[in-house]
Amino acid sequence: MTTTTLAVLVPLLPFLGALAGLLLGRAAPGFVRPLAVLPPLASLVLAVLVAVRQGGGRAVDAATELTPTGSVPIELALHIDGFAALVAVLVALVASCVQIYSTGYLREDPRYPSYAALVSLFTSAMLLVVYTGDLMVLLVGWEAMGICSYFLVGHYWETPEARAASLKAFLVTKLGDVPFLIGLLALAADAGSFRITTVVAGAANGGLDHPTLIALLLLAGVAGKSAQFPLHTWLPDAMAGPTPVSALIHAATMVAAGVYFVARLLPVFAASAAALVVLAAMAAVTMAGSALAALAQDDIKRVLAYSTIGQLGYMTGALAVGDRGAAVFHLLSHGAFKALLFLAAGVIIHAAGTNSLAAMSRMRNLRDRVPDAYWTMTVALLALAAIPPFSGFFSKEAVLGAAEHTATGHTEGVPGAAGWIVLVAGLVTALLTAAYATRLWLLAFRGRGADAPDHGRQPVAMNAVLWVLTVPSIVFGLGYGLLPGWFDGRSLTPTFATSVLGTGAALVGGIVTYGAWRHTTALAARVPLGAVAAHPEGDAGKVEAEAIASHAPAYGGVASADDPADPGRLLLGPLHRHAAAGFRLDALYAVLFVRPVLAAADVVRFLDREVVDTYVRAAGAVPRLLGTAVRRAQTGNVQTYVSVLLAGTVVLAVAALLAATGA
Amino acid sequence: MHLAYPAVLSALLFATGLYGVLARRNAILVLMSVELMLNAVNLNLVAFDVWLDGIARDTLHSGQALTLFTIAVAAAEIGIGLAIVLAVYRNRGTSDIDRLRDTAESGDDPDDAGPGTAAAAAEKAEATA
Repeated sequence: MTTTTLAVLVPLLPFLGALAGLLLGRAAPGFVRPLAVLPPLASLVLAVLVAVRQGGGRAVDAATELTPTGSVPIELALHIDGFAALVAVLVALVASCVQIYSTGYLREDPRYPSYAALVSLFTSAMLLVVYTGDLMVLLVGWEAMGICSYFLVGHYWETPEARAASLKAFLVTKLGDVPFLIGLLALAADAGSFRITTVVAGAANGGLDHPTLIALLLLAGVAGKSAQFPLHTWLPDAMAGPTPVSALIHAATMVAAGVYFVARLLPVFAASAAALVVLAAMAAVTMAGSALAALAQDDIKRVLAYSTIGQLGYMTGALAVGDRGAAVFHLLSHGAFKALLFLAAGVIIHAAGTNSLAAMSRMRNLRDRVPDAYWTMTVALLALAAIPPFSGFFSKEAVLGAAEHTATGHTEGVPGAAGWIVLVAGLVTALLTAAYATRLWLLAFRGRGADAPDHGRQPVAMNAVLWVLTVPSIVFGLGYGLLPGWFDGRSLTPTFATSVLGTGAALVGGIVTYGAWRHTTALAARVPLGAVAAHPEGDAGKVEAEAIASHAPAYGGVASADDPADPGRLLLGPLHRHAAAGFRLDALYAVLFVRPVLAAADVVRFLDREVVDTYVRAAGAVPRLLGTAVRRAQTGNVQTYVSVLLAGTVVLAVAALLAATGA
Repeated sequence: MHLAYPAVLSALLFATGLYGVLARRNAILVLMSVELMLNAVNLNLVAFDVWLDGIARDTLHSGQALTLFTIAVAAAEIGIGLAIVLAVYRNRGTSDIDRLRDTAESGDDPDDAGPGTAAAAAEKAEATA
């Protein structure tokens, strides 16, 4: 088969799997698991084949036009360069891992068939975004991911948190998608084509009339999808979905779509220095803010969600300094270790019967209950904190190196300010990242107190996947020498200065957190805290749904717990209260957007109920009154009727006579 | 014979019939009064037909032909009318028109949802909305 055929099959197989799963889910329950697991695995094999054949060489381009569509043609186009080939491998790998993991995690879930089909559909949409060479086709995958995300976040729709989170995720990402669509149309109008190759070539030659406007419109969609400030608020709430969904959608793939999109169209963004500076500022605020918020979260998955936002901030930062190689390098390594973190967190939540770090810190030997999750999560946290030689170190150094390169004025066409913003924010975030990674590890695995509840051994499907994902978390970073051949050719080797600075910041963050933890941990015994949903016979999904539902009643909020033994509380001081609530951005949005919309809805409701309905009711009431009046004449006496008829006839006759005589 | 005589006679007959229809209580007398009115019309038809014959030479005598039709229809009508009156009398034991008021508006119409029930229905719609 040609490379093109293989590449077409990569998104097509999960799509067909999803269709078959939706159709056969109820009729043939025995086929659901194979239909869920095999298509992504086959896609993974094909994606690897495509990557090997493409080999980082010349991009594979193929296009076919189904039907003429007016002024700007829309084509089913493929554009597979080194970026697309490698990202597709990551997507297929994570999707396969998540599907295998889900067979154990949602073992007894009655809605598993539709869940698995939606995950497959989501995978297919993401692969479409990765491979497509046409912006409109990309938009199809982009929106399909949005709707799949909505359904999957709301998987536990019995809990009000999940319902609210799914709606929020959908609305906030759509808020970005509207300008995104306008931006795409404006871009196509300027470039005269939806083909990515044509658009990029046009942008590189300065063929765009409104580069800043287009870049900013597109950035709105990217910020929504990739959870960048100020549209990031949906991602922490989306943790109300099942853990595998968080791993697939909200860590490794969907949020990466925004970054990947900018990487593909980087020349369009690079055409406008203003857009790059905006991108850099957005990345800096996102990075630092999310790292502070992560330090204050109590829900283990929310910590990871904020860390995802922060790591995506690194990627947009790399894009802002014009180095898409570094951005995609970090995307790939982050995708692997963040999926691992989430999947391991799912195991831990199952074993501990709670998602609260405060409760875990009061449990002895949780790590002995889940040794696989303990070791793999340790590796993933080290990668997250960018400790050499784990993969996160190399990719983060590539980002910081690119920022330093720009800050010292060595990158053409990119303002040095963008470089400085990204560099400083990146170093601060490196420190904070190590701090919250250390905090999570200490609270989850170094708890003291009663024994952790016994949930028996975790399913093999779940543990095996963790070890599979550990491999890239350890060794992928060493590929920094090979990757430039796949990307733009720019070196990704860590530079000495940023390595020392970054690793030093990470070490400082880790050590300070350890010190704070030693200081506060004595308090933990004095303040008993915790609520555990123990279902030794139930599957992990059930435990998690109950843990999410019980967090707010047990600890007073979905995000925070009133725990004086939390080192994050000591480190953040008075900032902790605000950081736990995501710096009150939700409250601000509530004041700025939600309340005006609700007030407007009230006005509309009043107008409808009191004004419009009055006319409608009157239209009914007036004939009713007239009818009542006329009914009085209906006595039942036929002679009366005839008398009235006679009177009427006489009147008419007289009138006719008068009219005829012209009087 | 001058046209005035039959015309006045028919007017008197018609007025008598009209009075009978409007004022009599017995259904049979009402039917008889209807006959009177019909015959007043018949008389008019014949009289004016003859009068027109003197003026316009109407050879078809359509007025008199129509009278024959009217008589036939009136015979059928009175047959059905009397049968109805007989049936009513057998059912009710009376043929008094004043007492045959079944078509009167009774006031407890099930369709007539008063303002109270309308408000209740509105509340229900609000609750389900």
